[in-house]
Amino acid sequence: MKSVDAMGLSCPEPVIMAKRALKDSPDGIEIKVDNVASRENVSRYLEAMGLKVSVEERRGEWRITGRR
Amino acid sequence: MKSLKEKRNLAITGVIIGAVAIVLMHFGNPGNMGFCIACFIRDIAGSLSLHNAATVQYMRPEIIGIVLGAFAVSVIKGEFKSRAGSSPLLRFILGFFMMVGALVFLGCPLRMVLRLAAGDMNAFIGLLGFIAGIGAGSFFLNNGFSLGRAHSSERIEGVAFPAINIVLLIILLFFPALLKFSESGPGSMHAPIFLSLLVAFLVGAAAQRTRLCMAGGIRDIFLIKDFTLITGFLFIFIAALIGNIAMGNFHIGFLDQPIAHDKHLWNFLSMALVGLTAAMLGGCPLRQLILAGEGNSDSAITVLGMLIGAAFSHNAGAASAVGTGPALIGKVSVVFGLVFSLALAAFITVRRRSNEKC
Repeated sequence: MKSVDAMGLSCPEPVIMAKRALKDSPDGIEIKVDNVASRENVSRYLEAMGLKVSVEERRGEWRITGRR
Repeated sequence: MKSLKEKRNLAITGVIIGAVAIVLMHFGNPGNMGFCIACFIRDIAGSLSLHNAATVQYMRPEIIGIVLGAFAVSVIKGEFKSRAGSSPLLRFILGFFMMVGALVFLGCPLRMVLRLAAGDMNAFIGLLGFIAGIGAGSFFLNNGFSLGRAHSSERIEGVAFPAINIVLLIILLFFPALLKFSESGPGSMHAPIFLSLLVAFLVGAAAQRTRLCMAGGIRDIFLIKDFTLITGFLFIFIAALIGNIAMGNFHIGFLDQPIAHDKHLWNFLSMALVGLTAAMLGGCPLRQLILAGEGNSDSAITVLGMLIGAAFSHNAGAASAVGTGPALIGKVSVVFGLVFSLALAAFITVRRRSNEKC
């Protein structure tokens, strides 16, 4: 599973990074973001791509995992 | 169905903004200018004596209300976060040109939609330019364009921008002699202060919750074929359209539209500049205000760039004249802004791609 660090980046960049990562690793990715708008957008995108999404929060940081 | 709920909330926010815009216009705001982030920041620049165009000077409570609404709700929801450091100077410059474009068109993307909903077809030409600009920006974003990462900053840094707005509000309410106020022209036309402030506060809060962005909706369609954010855009249009028809404000055509001009090429190019810079900055002027209210200093710097862009536009005569359109300096500024923004986007994109390959 490919891991992506999108900390400090604002929309739409984390979503584009997720999109690119998903190309290399179609079975699933893990992406770290640090703002709520990015968390929502990345989750929505991964769900729209048909992945199962889980989100883990730790002190204002989110680790979003999308799996086939 | 999280996405459905997001769309529903965006639709509700859109209806609120569209309806509120009609109400503000009814109570005194200028024609098709219930809300215009660019015009209102321009009026504030005038009120603060940063430019000397006597007809566009007023301390618009709408801007203050939007920022404070976003600030309050982000604090309550635990989303307020002091962040800074993502190419602040470049953002200032892009904000400057975003304003230059908006004042040649005579409106930010939000006013473009409100103009369109009143039958102003010049805004349709603007919309085509806006889409083209966002398309170009999306192309660079898709190929790796980025203004870089922001980092956490001191809490007081993030609070500074909302605090400035509170100070401006106190000056407006208790020390208005420090400010300039237009006696004629658009700057003299305004709804009562508390009405403007209250409804803008609601709009700021709703826009913070829903991440509403006039550029983001079109961008997301280009980038990921996602139609969530565009919902807000569409419902502002629908609500304002119904309101305008009901109030007898709907007049379709290119000529004699309130605070507009029919120079098609410049309506197109100026909004292309707004669309391109909005895509590069990650949001339209409204979204920049909301982010600045949430503690994002990069967006606060962008708003300051817009403020100075407005001052330049009116001092240098680059802002369009109603009816007759832009003077030479306005045209040159838009072309220069487009060339600069495209060159910057291309430079950063190419550099980042070559770094990736190493």
